[in-house]
Amino acid sequence: MLDAAFFRRWMTGAAALISREADRLTSLDSPIGDADHGTNLHRGFSAVATALEQEETPTPSAVLTLCGRQLISTVGGASGPLYGTLLRRAGKALGEAPEVSREELAAALGAGVQAVAALGGAAPGDKTMIDALAPAAEALATSFEAAREAAEQGAVDTTPLQARKGRASYVGERSIGHQDPGATSSALLFAALAETAAGGEGGSDE
Amino acid sequence: MKMLINVAETVVADALRGMAAAHPELTVDVENRVIVRRDAPVAGKVALVSGGGSGHEPLHGGFVGPGMLAAACPGEVFTSPVPDQMLRAAAAVDSGAGVLFVVKNYTGDVLNFDMAAELAEEEGIQVAKVLVDDDVAVRDSTFTAGRRGTGATLFVHKIAGAAADEGRPLEQVREIGHRVVERSGSFGVALSACSTPAKGSPTFDLPPGELELGVGIHGEPGRERRPMMTSREIADYAVDSVLGDLRPRGPVLLLVNGMGATPLLELYGFHAEVQRVLAERGVVTARVLVGNYVTSLDMAGASVTLCEADEEMLRLWDAPVRTPALRWGV
Repeated sequence: MLDAAFFRRWMTGAAALISREADRLTSLDSPIGDADHGTNLHRGFSAVATALEQEETPTPSAVLTLCGRQLISTVGGASGPLYGTLLRRAGKALGEAPEVSREELAAALGAGVQAVAALGGAAPGDKTMIDALAPAAEALATSFEAAREAAEQGAVDTTPLQARKGRASYVGERSIGHQDPGATSSALLFAALAETAAGGEGGSDE
Repeated sequence: MKMLINVAETVVADALRGMAAAHPELTVDVENRVIVRRDAPVAGKVALVSGGGSGHEPLHGGFVGPGMLAAACPGEVFTSPVPDQMLRAAAAVDSGAGVLFVVKNYTGDVLNFDMAAELAEEEGIQVAKVLVDDDVAVRDSTFTAGRRGTGATLFVHKIAGAAADEGRPLEQVREIGHRVVERSGSFGVALSACSTPAKGSPTFDLPPGELELGVGIHGEPGRERRPMMTSREIADYAVDSVLGDLRPRGPVLLLVNGMGATPLLELYGFHAEVQRVLAERGVVTARVLVGNYVTSLDMAGASVTLCEADEEMLRLWDAPVRTPALRWGV
């Protein structure tokens, strides 16, 4: 079972991973966006890490809700509301339980992904974060590692797609051949989740 | 790329501190990133609040003052502000007559302003919204995020701002703002890409002998690239692109806007060519504005915005305005 401490480790792990990969995210955002995805997410997840140190988060839901609120208040752009909504909606779906199962987290993230799709109006294949999030949330029902792989594959598979949402859609066909930065950062969230699960300390799902 | 900055992280805050020192008629909250006219809230008047990523100066902060915006919310460079900023601005300027959000059509701006509108309404502030989407270079279809908001934003700020200043109710101010958007079209070109402080180098590669046609104002590339053209050829292309979408039956407002790094010498020469094409196409300009108003950091290039203006819109355009970047009649 996964407790609040597991969720806190996941989010601080995600913050560290985003920090390491910020330059790559910004580079991916350069040819088809406006070259700030890494900078913005890094600012947001730094605020997340700080907030987790300062505020009480007794349940998994409390962790995700706090993190989502921080992202909305600090990231800006489309990423702030979209990632914020993902975590807040998933947090809401987890209710007040002190511990949740991997399957319950998968279902909660599935609800979060649906909320993100509704807010941004994106469908699978539009070359957005949905292309990594949707398969990953589904694969999480199988295992943490399957979710990590599905997210990574989903991100890579955005490369040949033409963007239909967000700023990359303005460049039309010229978006083809570039991996989507939002899908890439989404894959980092699931990579951090798998690393947290592999790290033990109540992080195992077995 | 050399920049006149200390470090990239504090570029926006540094600019706000400088703006506060230059404009005592504004209240600049550097920490929370809100620029408010000092005499707000103005009793009985609707208040306009706008905002967006920084890097487009003087948009939006330079248009805060009597006759235009009541408040502006600057985000990080090319990044929309967060809902907390718009909520704070709305609370600071609402007189009880309501707040009009003027939002450029970018996914981030729309999402953040919509979240802010929800929060403001929960606090009892009446909010309406005008979405600006004038850039004809982007096809408005299910395959894109829709047209971008660019030069027409200035027209909306001025005309809806004047309507608010006359004491019109929120719904009427919203309606006239929307009318401006419906009757406006813009087209931009870039001769060079811009460099964001965070990246420090051009956001897209543009070979020396080429230009981007249909470029946006966030360093995002345009839709087409061609070998460099003359001012005359660019004017033909830009004006015809706008007229391909907007077919004005009467006089127009014209904004010939510099993207940031194009000298006014070139911009005025370009304006002469724009006037030539418009005359050839039988379009009469009622009012003209030439200068750097909706910029894209250090991008070289220009945009052309036309708005078919009825008599009411022209009267509101001529009404007094007193802001850092636009002032007349006072």
